[in-house]
Formats: sequence, C-alpha cells, structure tokens
Amino acid sequence: MSTEIEKEKTTEKWPTDQGYLYIREDYCKGCGYCIEFCPQEVLEESEGFNEKGYHPPEPTAIDKCVNCGFCSIICPDFAIWDEKEGSNE
Amino acid sequence: MTTELKQKEEVKPELTSAEHPATKYLREERLPHIWCSGCGLGSAVTSLTNAYEKLEIPIDDIGVVSGIGCTGRAAGYFETDSYHTTHGRAIPFATGLKLSNPEMNVTVFSGDGDLFAIGGNHFIHAARRNVDMTVICVNNYNFGMTGGQFGPTTPQGATATTSPYGNYEDPFNLPDLAASAGAIYVARWTSVHARRIQQAMEEALSKRGFSFVEILSPCPTGYGRKNDLGEGIDELKSYQDRTVIKHGSDPGDAEIERDPEAEIVVGKFVEDDRPTYCDVADDYLQGQ
Amino acid sequence: MSDEAIMTGKHFMNGDEACAEGALAAGCRFFAGYPITPQSEIAERMSKRMPEVGGRFIQMEDELSSIAAVLGGSWGGSRAMTATSGPGFSLMMENIGLGMMTETPCVIANIQRGSPSTGLPTAVGQGDMMQAQWGSHGDYGVIAYAPTSPQEMFDFTVKAFNKAEQYMMPVFVMADEKIGHMRERVEIDESKVEIYPRRKPEVDPDEFKPYEPDDDLVPRMASAGEGYRVHVTGLTHNQQGYPQLDVETQQEKVGRLVDKVDKNKDDIVELDTIGIEDAEVLIVSYGMAFRTAMGAYKQAREKGIKAGIVRLVTVWPFPEDEIKEFSKQVKGIVVPEINLGQMVREVERASAGNTEVKLVPHPGGGLHEPEQILESLEALL
Repeated sequence: MSTEIEKEKTTEKWPTDQGYLYIREDYCKGCGYCIEFCPQEVLEESEGFNEKGYHPPEPTAIDKCVNCGFCSIICPDFAIWDEKEGSNE
Repeated sequence: MTTELKQKEEVKPELTSAEHPATKYLREERLPHIWCSGCGLGSAVTSLTNAYEKLEIPIDDIGVVSGIGCTGRAAGYFETDSYHTTHGRAIPFATGLKLSNPEMNVTVFSGDGDLFAIGGNHFIHAARRNVDMTVICVNNYNFGMTGGQFGPTTPQGATATTSPYGNYEDPFNLPDLAASAGAIYVARWTSVHARRIQQAMEEALSKRGFSFVEILSPCPTGYGRKNDLGEGIDELKSYQDRTVIKHGSDPGDAEIERDPEAEIVVGKFVEDDRPTYCDVADDYLQGQ
Repeated sequence: MSDEAIMTGKHFMNGDEACAEGALAAGCRFFAGYPITPQSEIAERMSKRMPEVGGRFIQMEDELSSIAAVLGGSWGGSRAMTATSGPGFSLMMENIGLGMMTETPCVIANIQRGSPSTGLPTAVGQGDMMQAQWGSHGDYGVIAYAPTSPQEMFDFTVKAFNKAEQYMMPVFVMADEKIGHMRERVEIDESKVEIYPRRKPEVDPDEFKPYEPDDDLVPRMASAGEGYRVHVTGLTHNQQGYPQLDVETQQEKVGRLVDKVDKNKDDIVELDTIGIEDAEVLIVSYGMAFRTAMGAYKQAREKGIKAGIVRLVTVWPFPEDEIKEFSKQVKGIVVPEINLGQMVREVERASAGNTEVKLVPHPGGGLHEPEQILESLEALL
C-alpha cells in the first residue's frame, strides 16, 4: 500500500560465522548486560551516543560470535539479538 | 594482530528493519518500554515470550494479567489478550478469566509489592485452590513505581524511601510462602540466570495447576543505589557470586538477607501434581 | 432443583433467591462472591444452581477478589455477577471503578443493611444509595435498579444484565434486607425473558479498536481467546485501549463514561407513577420504603388528600427532568428513605426550588410507619 510508511531501517545486521547478530541502537539503554555476560567477549561499549544518550554495544570481535543467543535473552530492552542461519527469523 | 584488525574492518553491518524475536509476542508500537536502564523486567518478558514460543502455545490462547507497579506495566506490552488490572487484584481477575474461559493459558506477571503486600491474600488462596495459572513475580525488593518504598520482600536492614533508618520488618520468603500455600511448582532464579528463567517458565506453563516463578531482579533506580549495590550490572554480578543452585532443597532455607555476601538459594523447590480447582470441582459436581 | 436455566412457573421464594434466578435467566454463567448477611442466599442459590446450568460458582476470599474475578469472568466471555451488602460493597469500590473504566459488563447486587460499618447486619437499610453513584473515585455514569418485591428482584436483575451488556458497564441492583428476605410469589416465564446479546466486534482484529464507540457512545467487546488480542487497562486509554495519559484522552474517555449514561437516559430511566394526574402532594420513593409509602398514599386518598407517588425503578441515573416537571405541579414532595437523607438531595436539586421537598428519614433497622409519611404529606398542605 502506498500510504503505508516503510519501517525505518534502524537495526544493524552483523554477519557472524553461523548467522547474524542484530543491534537496534535506538532501543539500547546502556545497561551493559550484553557486553558483560557475552561468553565470547564479542562486544564492547561504543564511543558514540544513541538518541537517549547511552553508549550502545559494538561488536568489536564479531568473528568470535557463536550465536549462543545469550545477549538476546538477557538484554532488557529488545535491542540486541542473534539469528542462526537456517533458523526461522 | 594485524590480520585480526584487518578482519574487523572487513565486517560491516547492513541496516535492516528487523526486530527482536520477542516482539512477535509484543505490541511493537508501544516499544521502547518505560523501564529504567538496568531493570530486569525486559529480560523477564523475553524469557516468557521464548517460553511461549518453545511450547508453541497459540498466541490467541494466552492471557497475560498484571496488577499495578513497574511490573504491572508488563501486560501492556504483550500482544495477547492482556489485562492491566488494579493494585493487588491480578490473581483474582485471572481466576475469573480462567474459570470463565478454561481454554485460556493464563499468566499473571506482576511485582513483589503487588502480589505479596496488597495482593498477598489472593496469592495464598489461589495457590490453596490450585487454580490453573502461572504466576511470575519479578521481585526487586521495593515499590519501584512509587519511588522506592520498602515492601514485603525488602530485606531487613535495607534502606528505602520509607525506611530511612533501615527496614525493621522481616520479609517474606516467597518460595517458602508459595510452597506452604500449595503451589505445585515453585522456582526462583535471578535476572542473570536468563536461560534458567526461561526453562522454569516453560516448566511452570506446562504444569496444570498453580505454578510460581520468582525472579530476583535488579532495580538500580529504586533499590540498588540506596543500598550500595551500584548499577544493575553490579547487582547481576553479585547474583552470580551469591547464588547457589539447590534443586529440591527446603524452601524454608531460601531467605534473602541484606548482607551482599550472604548466600541466596535458587533453583526448583517444588514440582508436584495435584488436581486443579476445576478438576476437583467438576469431580464433585458430576452426577449431582 | 432444576436443570432449566429459566425456571418457568410460579414459585414461592425470597428476594435473594429470585435475584439469583433472574441472573440465571438472563444468561449469567459466572458468579463470584463472599458470604455476607443479608445476601448469602444469593450465593447459596448460585452454588446450587450454577452447576446445574453449566456455569461456574466460586466463593472467593473476600469482596475485593469477588468483584475482580467477576471482571475477569466477564472478559473471559461469560455474563458475570456478584452479590454483597454494605461492607462488601465498600470493599468492591476500587474494582467497580476498574469495571467502569474498562467498560466491563457485569451485575452487582447490593442487599443493603443498616449502616455505616458493621451496622445492623440482619436488618433493613438504604444507606448505600449515594455510594452506588459516588463510591468509586472519579466520574462515570451509573445505572442502578431498586426492586420492591421478590418478583422485581427477578425482573430487575434480568434488566440489569441487559443494561450491563447494552452499555458495557457494571450495573447495580440496589435492594435491601427486607426485599432480600421477603418471601412472595414469583412468576417466571421464559417467553417473557429478553436477552440483550453481547456487543461483539464486527470487523477483523487488525481493524478493531476496543474502545471505539458506536453512535450510542458504547464500544464493543472482544472476549479472551477470540483472536482480537485486546489490551484492557484501568489507566486512561485511547480507543486502541493503550495507556495515553493526557488531558485530551482523559476528556474523551471519562467524558464518554458519563455521557453514555447521561445521553441515553431516555432509554435507561424508568419510573412508575400512581395518582399523579391530580396530585397536589407527591411522594418520591424507591425500594422497600416504597411499600410503606403505598400505605401512606392509600390513607391519604381515603382522607381526601390528593397525593401521588413517583416510584423510581432506576434510581441512577436520577430522573431529574421528570422530577423537575412534577415539582412544578405540586405543593410539596416528601421523600421517605431508610437513611438520614440521600436521594432526597437529588429530589431537591431536580426540584430547583419549585416546591418544598421534605425528607422522612429512618435510620435503618426497621421501616417507617405509613402515618409518618402521611403526617409529612399533610404538613405540606
């Protein structure tokens, strides 16, 4: 439908060995849970700010991501998640 | 070292409009939610949506009922039939919903103050009756929404806005209370045990009868800062250190002390089977 | 007792039992309540009859939970009710407000007793009349019936269910101990029981707004499990049902809660008049006090006093236009109530100084003597 506004593309999709890692910066409240509890130490706090004034996570070692999905479940703000290739999106 | 750096430079993200998988069960237009940075409520919501998905419960069969408070706002985010009721009355509302419409899978998602201060009486009676529902209590030891007053689960000695000299009341031990009142499933985990929470929720939702999952959750704004616990992340780290998993242990030993070094018992305390309220009622009424 | 939901036939039953039968006849299939004198016979009857008609009875832990369960039961898809008396009515007030705000059809029968507080548990009173309108915090329209006999306990409970569904709100049956415990003939005729069906959505779930009103200012209701995934909240909410905490939404929502009753008064208000045509003095009465007033009316007519009676079938919304008209034609109005002055304030307000309005109070625990009302009538002439 022409009247329908296309959804804003605000989510970063990072390729990993086994799929993808997604970060939606505008939802992040900078609690740091994903960074602290990532078993592979994939993430670091970024230097930039999001709209809310928080530092969202940045995958500085994306090659280490094994798509375990822990960030996806511990993030309280639905701001980071993963997708294993072949799984349903 | 050089190769690693090179690799990093090569990987670039693509911009998409993808959403977190939990949003399949959520009202996306209402996000982001109102909860503070570091609050554990959002991850408890994700654990629940994951559990619904894993169990393949049809969305239209799910009813989420909340009371009032920060946790009470959870119902408003679930894109299911969802009911944000009055303070303390989520469980009796859910009782009516379930009895009137037994096909519904009813989850009560509320906070410690709502379920155990103003709503405490309803909790014990619903557990006693074994009404078929799952009650999830996100326990953050205080009344967060109203500004951090002490509540029925605030550890003795803790500071809150209405206990400036330290809380001189004894708190409830929720697993013990639930077990004593007759809950057929009782588990406690903390926000750091995200996968365990999901598993506990799956088990609780699968049980017929009154099941109870307590989630110890950080409230940096209302509780953590006043009690030298730091930010949410510090609280989660302390849970990593303080918790001891003891499945099947006596819930009477699951008291929570204010001392940040004191052990906190987590795990599954009760997994039992007992005919539900409706089962027993129908049994008595049959042939009458 | 009977497997029939509607016990067609002639019965000798008390008002409480007739209230329960009226509810069942109106399609009530969920009852949640807590024992309290003098309504317990309603709960007792329901505990026996609900299983017979395939409904669910539950005795809750208090009145707070009873009304909460009734709201949940209604959203679950059942016609639902609870019954109580003064102290329980007080406890229900907060969730009556939730029922009003979330526009949840249900019926609450209040078998009033002497009050305040524990008061006179086993004796008559009409002390909760204002509480029915103003008991829960905030503004909202109210519909309340005042039966005067076991037959009317049956009939008005049916009406209450229908108005609850038609206007999507809790509706009150404001009876009292005397009516509740009085045993009289009750005639039940299935062919005369009309049912107002639940207002269901007529659009697909993605187009449905749970709080978008029809032309009569009343929205439609999607029950749990019907695929509409409604959100229901006591917070001020927009037509989608989502919390929206601003003045505009508050005005639209709360304004409509008042207007849906106020602007539909012609459909809702019911009153009976006796001897009104040539009346010089008027009795305005309701509930049990009306039966005594009838005695006073007869005595007055025998003495040649041109008296008339306006008997309120619905006490809320108050029929102020009608009372205003009557007040212009008479020399005075007496209002006998089993309280120390509640609905008389409404009569005074509606009369707007056109005529003298006199309360005939009774503190509760018993009834007026007809002579007391007669004396008041005579004093106005």
